[in-house]
Amino acid sequence: MTDLAKIRNFSIIAHIDHGKSTLADRLIQFTGGLTDREMSEQVLDNMDIERERGITIKAQTVRLTYTAKDGETYELNLMDTPGHVDFAYEVSRSLAACEGALLVVDAAQGVEAQTLANVYQSIEHDHEIVPVINKIDLPAAEPEKVRAEIEDIIGIDASEAVLASAKSGIGIEEVLEAVVSKIPPPQGDRDAPLKAMLVDSWYDPYLGVVILVRVMDGAIRKGLHVKFMQGGTEHLIDRVGCFTPKRTDLPELGPGEIGFITAQIKEVDEAKVGDTITTVKGGAASALPGYKEVQPVVFCGIFPVDAADFEKLRESIARLRLNDASFSFEMESSAALGFGFRCGFLGLLHLEIIQERLTREYDLDLITTAPSVVYRIQLRKSRTDDAREIMLHNPADYPDPSRIEQIDEPWIKATIYTPDEYLGSILKLCQDRRGIQIDLTYVGGRAQVTYELPLNEVVFDFYDRLKSISRGYASFDYEQIGLREGDLVKMSILVNNEPVDALSMIVHRSVAEARGRHMCERLKDLIPRHLFKIPVQAAIGGKVIARETIAAMRKDVTAKCYGGDITRKKKLLEKQKKGKAKMREYGNVSIPQEAFIAALRMGEE
Amino acid sequence: MARALYIHWPFCLKKCPYCDFNSHVRATVEVDRWKAALLADMRHEATLAGGEALGSIFFGGGTPSLMPPDLVDALLGEAERLWGFAPGVEITLEANPSSVETANFRILKNAGINRVSIGIQSLDNEALGFLGRLHNVKEALTALETAQSIFERVGFDLIYARPGQSLDQWRAELLRALSFGTGHLSLYQLTIEDGTRFATDVRQGKFVPLDDDEAADMFALTSELTSAVGLLPYEISNHAWKGEESRHNLTYWRYQDYCGIGPGAHGRRGQIATVRHRKPENWLEAIASYGHGISEERALPTSEQASEALLMGLRLREGIDLDMLSQRFAISAGKLVDAARLDFYTQQGLMWQNGHRIGVTGAGMPLLDALLGELVPAELVSA
Repeated sequence: MTDLAKIRNFSIIAHIDHGKSTLADRLIQFTGGLTDREMSEQVLDNMDIERERGITIKAQTVRLTYTAKDGETYELNLMDTPGHVDFAYEVSRSLAACEGALLVVDAAQGVEAQTLANVYQSIEHDHEIVPVINKIDLPAAEPEKVRAEIEDIIGIDASEAVLASAKSGIGIEEVLEAVVSKIPPPQGDRDAPLKAMLVDSWYDPYLGVVILVRVMDGAIRKGLHVKFMQGGTEHLIDRVGCFTPKRTDLPELGPGEIGFITAQIKEVDEAKVGDTITTVKGGAASALPGYKEVQPVVFCGIFPVDAADFEKLRESIARLRLNDASFSFEMESSAALGFGFRCGFLGLLHLEIIQERLTREYDLDLITTAPSVVYRIQLRKSRTDDAREIMLHNPADYPDPSRIEQIDEPWIKATIYTPDEYLGSILKLCQDRRGIQIDLTYVGGRAQVTYELPLNEVVFDFYDRLKSISRGYASFDYEQIGLREGDLVKMSILVNNEPVDALSMIVHRSVAEARGRHMCERLKDLIPRHLFKIPVQAAIGGKVIARETIAAMRKDVTAKCYGGDITRKKKLLEKQKKGKAKMREYGNVSIPQEAFIAALRMGEE
Repeated sequence: MARALYIHWPFCLKKCPYCDFNSHVRATVEVDRWKAALLADMRHEATLAGGEALGSIFFGGGTPSLMPPDLVDALLGEAERLWGFAPGVEITLEANPSSVETANFRILKNAGINRVSIGIQSLDNEALGFLGRLHNVKEALTALETAQSIFERVGFDLIYARPGQSLDQWRAELLRALSFGTGHLSLYQLTIEDGTRFATDVRQGKFVPLDDDEAADMFALTSELTSAVGLLPYEISNHAWKGEESRHNLTYWRYQDYCGIGPGAHGRRGQIATVRHRKPENWLEAIASYGHGISEERALPTSEQASEALLMGLRLREGIDLDMLSQRFAISAGKLVDAARLDFYTQQGLMWQNGHRIGVTGAGMPLLDALLGELVPAELVSA
């Protein structure tokens, strides 16, 4: 056990690419956690996707042992938190385990929206913020300008900001000194009943579920019988330790310390983020504040391209779920896409990550339907059914419109931070997406806009549009602000007068026509010509709001066929039949699977 | 028992860039050896599929008009000895319109040839150059005139829907073609076949094939103009006065038996499909070793025979008799053709039904491959 006064728990806040992981690597290297040989770049980001995309999905900690200039040896626990808004709750729990944060800002790029959101969260947790201006050796670095930005925009004192270049190893010791001198030590009572916060958990094939904990009071050790206060389960601790970043077993974790435990738990679902761990006997009376059950907010269907892969998909999803309790799935069947799963996610990034992991780690070809949000629908009383409220996750389950009293949709508050030359187009984008402007401020050559937006307009392709109109310079962050009533309708797509279930979507009446026209135009190019002309329509109820026609095919014939060689023609027919087997039939129309994939591809306009 | 005999002569002076037939260019051909080999191959077929007099013989290629006339004479003599000739036997030879070949027409007639099919291909010198032909329009017209004065029955081929060709250009060319009073015209749309030089050219972007919509317009115009002068489109690309149809080719399309000898020739003997070695040298060796040039002999399951009968028969305006095919292959009519789709495409005006007979309409003909994909049930199509 370490003396509370010698412990520092801190996280690193940074925008993507501002150098968080590199700085973490340098701190580990400097304090001797790993030899040079053992360092692989960005040791904290374990998963391929984390490493490639520079985003952290699971919280991780590293214990650094640092002998400061005052001659004392400190235990520094560096908490690497997920940086994305989709994981806002996980972030809040990770922050609750710390007393301070390093705010890393790129000396050339300055403060970004994501940084802002995270730093405000950190400030809400009463953290001591230590600004670090990174990449000071870049030719475009303007540390003084960035220092002023930190003071103007964030409103914290940056006069003592550490100037560093993690990549070149400049200022690393200064960062460590600032952690020791500026960030306060944790508080806690060793003699009080055990109270440890469950920060995060993941599945390890050898150890089972590994739980990251921050001990608040008391101590946790091997052989202790503990209770998860929210989950209501009891477990026997069989291992206690920390990461240096190598996994190191310890006899115990005392107050103020961060480390891991294992307790022969098989599913991460049992280890809920934010839960309070206490002893079965003589345990704490009350749980730690701030616990929440996370609910998926974005849903989409995931189907195998090859129907034969359904079982593989089921197994892969179940396996991913072992390590990520925050997404949900249930079986779904679609006339167009066959059997698959309706999955719920914390947000768009989360959706993308799961999709990518399924494709990459489990080698599956997938079709993902257009993402949708959760609608609350008030149903009127019918002859056979009482008035009631339903939560709609799937456009396919849209009820009889005559029974709908009211539909509410989720809204978000979005903060967009952009160089002001793109502001005009961004305001237009927000306006087009039914946004309500709340705030607009200028700082230097940049603008910060706050909009309230319906989430269903954002899941469609907002982020990609924002990136493209600002050439990647605008940054975006959001928080959910609850449900609001909306004039929402189900738009169906009909091909040759038959509805195509996989393409139906719930849209606001004001944008239905544009969305419908767009979808029809796209399908016109994607569905191959047939022997007859095919109407492609978008409709709300029985009313057609957009229409395109696919012209009939005019020529497909083998001009010359004699000499008695029938083989080639027969091969042609065989090929044709094989091609047909890969299509879905809608009233005499064969739609190739690629057409669905392309029509459903997110973020294209 | 086959009543049709196909003889393949695989040599050309030059390979045409669009042609994917089994043709080869050789500096010299040992005529005596070839004569002996073709005769041997013919005898082999006759022992297996003899017994009935031949109704048609077809010399195809390659360029069979390059065969020495006495070779043609010898082959016909042997065929008559082996099978016998039915009254009015149709004996066709494909000819190129070069002056050398035209000079042989009379001797060929004396040898027994009574029908020639001339590969004119275009009535435009520039197009002939593009198509890699060795003759010009003047030679072609001389050949046609000579042939028409010597042979009772003459036909010629044209290739249209060429890159850059306009509807008006084709109208003018076709009208000129129709003015010679020829009883049989084979009018093929240019198809870019895999493995040809044109396929490479297209891949390398040297030219772009004509758009399908324009080709479809030309197809419609072609039927309209040929029909107007009494040349009925009896098959997708073949037009003839009544009674002037190629009886030999009708054998294939009606899915009756035929013997095929010479390199790469295909044949049908009952349910047996025969294929001969494609490469001339391999074929010669096979003859030397086994007395015949067959590389593959396979009994086709009735389902496969049925699919062949359908995809050949529906090329003809006369269509097919579903009851007859159903009896022949012991497959119920409902399993030969998807009845619901047949009704649907009949409604769409692409198919017709008349009692037991069904067929493709004029509007459906340019879409035949797609229609076959719709109509022929997957069970009939072996993978």
